[in-house]
Amino acid sequence: MKQHILPAIKLTAVTIIFFMGIYTLFVWAVAQAAPNKGEGETISVNNKVVGYKLEGQKFSDDKYFWSRPSAAGYNAAASSGSNKGTSNPDYLKDVQSKIDTFLVHNPTVKKEDIPSDLVTYSGSGLDPDISVAAAKIQINRIAKTRNISEEKINALVQGQIQKPLLGLFGTEKINVLQLNIELDKLK
Amino acid sequence: MNTEILGIVTIFFATVLFAIPLGRYIGKLYNGDKTKLDFIFDPIDNLFYKLSGIKADREMNWKQHLVALLTINLIWFLFSMLVLMNMSWLPLNPDGNPSMTADTAFNTSISFISNTNLQHYSGESGVSYLGQLVLMLFQFISAGAGMAVCAVVFNAMKERTTDKLGNFYNYFVKSCTRILLPLSIIVAILLVFNGTPMTFKGKDQFISVQGDTVNVSRGPAAAMVAIKQLGTNGGGFFGANSAHPLENPNYFTNAVEVISIILIPIAMVFALGFVLKRKKIAWMVFGVMMLGYLLLLVPTVYYEMKGSSNIAAMHVAQPLGSMEGKEVRFGPAASAHWVITTTVTSNGSVNAMHDSLTPLSGMFAMLGMMVNSFFGGVGVGFLNFYIFIIIAVFISGLMVGRTPEFLGKKIEAKEMKIATIIALLHPFLILSFTALSSYLFAHDPKTYAAWLNNPGYHGFSEMLYEYTSSSANNGSGFEGLGDSYPVSIFWNITCGIVMLLSRFLPIIGPVAIAGILAKKKYVPESAGTLKTDTTTFGIMVFAVIAIIAALSFFPALALGPISEYFSK
Repeated sequence: MKQHILPAIKLTAVTIIFFMGIYTLFVWAVAQAAPNKGEGETISVNNKVVGYKLEGQKFSDDKYFWSRPSAAGYNAAASSGSNKGTSNPDYLKDVQSKIDTFLVHNPTVKKEDIPSDLVTYSGSGLDPDISVAAAKIQINRIAKTRNISEEKINALVQGQIQKPLLGLFGTEKINVLQLNIELDKLK
Repeated sequence: MNTEILGIVTIFFATVLFAIPLGRYIGKLYNGDKTKLDFIFDPIDNLFYKLSGIKADREMNWKQHLVALLTINLIWFLFSMLVLMNMSWLPLNPDGNPSMTADTAFNTSISFISNTNLQHYSGESGVSYLGQLVLMLFQFISAGAGMAVCAVVFNAMKERTTDKLGNFYNYFVKSCTRILLPLSIIVAILLVFNGTPMTFKGKDQFISVQGDTVNVSRGPAAAMVAIKQLGTNGGGFFGANSAHPLENPNYFTNAVEVISIILIPIAMVFALGFVLKRKKIAWMVFGVMMLGYLLLLVPTVYYEMKGSSNIAAMHVAQPLGSMEGKEVRFGPAASAHWVITTTVTSNGSVNAMHDSLTPLSGMFAMLGMMVNSFFGGVGVGFLNFYIFIIIAVFISGLMVGRTPEFLGKKIEAKEMKIATIIALLHPFLILSFTALSSYLFAHDPKTYAAWLNNPGYHGFSEMLYEYTSSSANNGSGFEGLGDSYPVSIFWNITCGIVMLLSRFLPIIGPVAIAGILAKKKYVPESAGTLKTDTTTFGIMVFAVIAIIAALSFFPALALGPISEYFSK
């Protein structure tokens, strides 16, 4: 053991320099060429930052498309899921109350049409997206609240659908922040 | 075909396609052959050896390998404790995060040197950037150490009689600089250009469209995410791990990250074939591992895409499937694919919350860790499998009345004893500690009420999962388990002990067996030799794994996920 202690200490020191230091700085240097220098891409409206492109934020007003429920309250400094088992009775009550709330705010919607992503918590608490069905089901409410025709809003939603990767792989989705920013621009 | 299914099938085949050439490269490295990249890496490695005063060509026997491994791990542990308990006043702490308490630092240090990455803290608030970088260092070197001992066992399996099994530091440095580093750089760059942050600036603040003030955690995440995936570490930069949109921005990065999880574990199997120059052995191992992986993967994808029966009972639509704890940009199929990939290997990063999986998917995730050798962790996954091979050789030898021989070496009582102890250690640790925590909870549910986030069978599963994950050096969790102060002390200490034992004993055992076998006389194959590179033998190994897992874990699983499934 003795003969290994000194080399072990020295080798650890070298790995610290190499993997903590040089590797990190190298990736950081490359990041300077990335969007917003690797500091996280922001979205601005009227030259004011209103959000991070990748991170979801809370939308609960009737005039906006709602984002998914968040166990973290959309706190981007404390990401978290609900960690509730789907058999937990308290959790199921919680989901039921979310369904009821949604129905109160969207009286024309039938319960069977609510897609589950609108009433279940996302994994990170910061999910930026909703499914296409989740956006469409809110169109009627938005149209009424904003006094804009449903056709116009439907066209906006259609335009915001992000196809699966290369049109082949994964899910279709809609970024809620971008959708709502575009929605605010509609007259 | 559904685009979600097509996505994971494509990722699956891409992984195997990348793993074969990587396996050939790793095989060359461990054999000491020349590779095309030597002109870059020879000078780097020589610098490592020179600065550390290491003679990289001094051959070691199996005991010396283990002493070298354990010594350097002790140094890492002390260094980690020192940083984690003092990081509040050390540099690189723009968010002013506190130092860890002794018990959390103990748990975290063992967690990261043992390649587990169980995290009883949240990345955003529990560590400084310096702390993150130190943990990232361990993600490199704990993975490198695992691969190095695997290289020792590969070397010992060659057809000859020797006690000289290469140099530990040589295998270790090569694994870090020539395998983990270049791959990490590629993955980190892909991540950075897809939006993962790589900055030393602290939290940002903005006012959202609806007028809420939001703080945004950032940091040097891309560098860490790359190696956490590639080194089967799994410890994420942010609390939500790869479910976090900054840690895993889109479907493409999800594909890159999920491939990174299992790429090296698969490649190590092919590397074995190249080292021994017996590709049929590698294909036998690959076949058994892949069969086990698929048997867990397919039903998990099915159940997650089918959705939760409890949510269905509330009469809302589940067009995608079960969405609790999942992200829309991945969807249930890619999430289920990740769930099984991260649990059969000992990675433990998550892109969906495992606590919220449907009951049987939760069970398949646990089974992946309970077997812990369907590919398994980088390096150590094969060591676990090696134990099962030894047991299978012995049993089938007895069954057909042939001398139990593996690659020309007789398996005798001593090796069998070691193999049996190691094979039973894993269930022993999981079950006895789950029993202990269940006992405490059942006898005093008020004191320990903060432990469980869910009642009933699922609450039991949370405890079972925690110890399974610790013992498999996996690091994922049913994260509802209350690991915050003061009940955290119990979990920090017990999980720390489990991780420590289940990291080092399952390394010591196989290395000892391989070392003892390597020294034995080589018996050339004859008509009386049991062939170990055949499908029949593969089935035998699979049967041994399945029987041990079923006998050990069925009762516990019946109390947890199976009861939950049937009780609705």
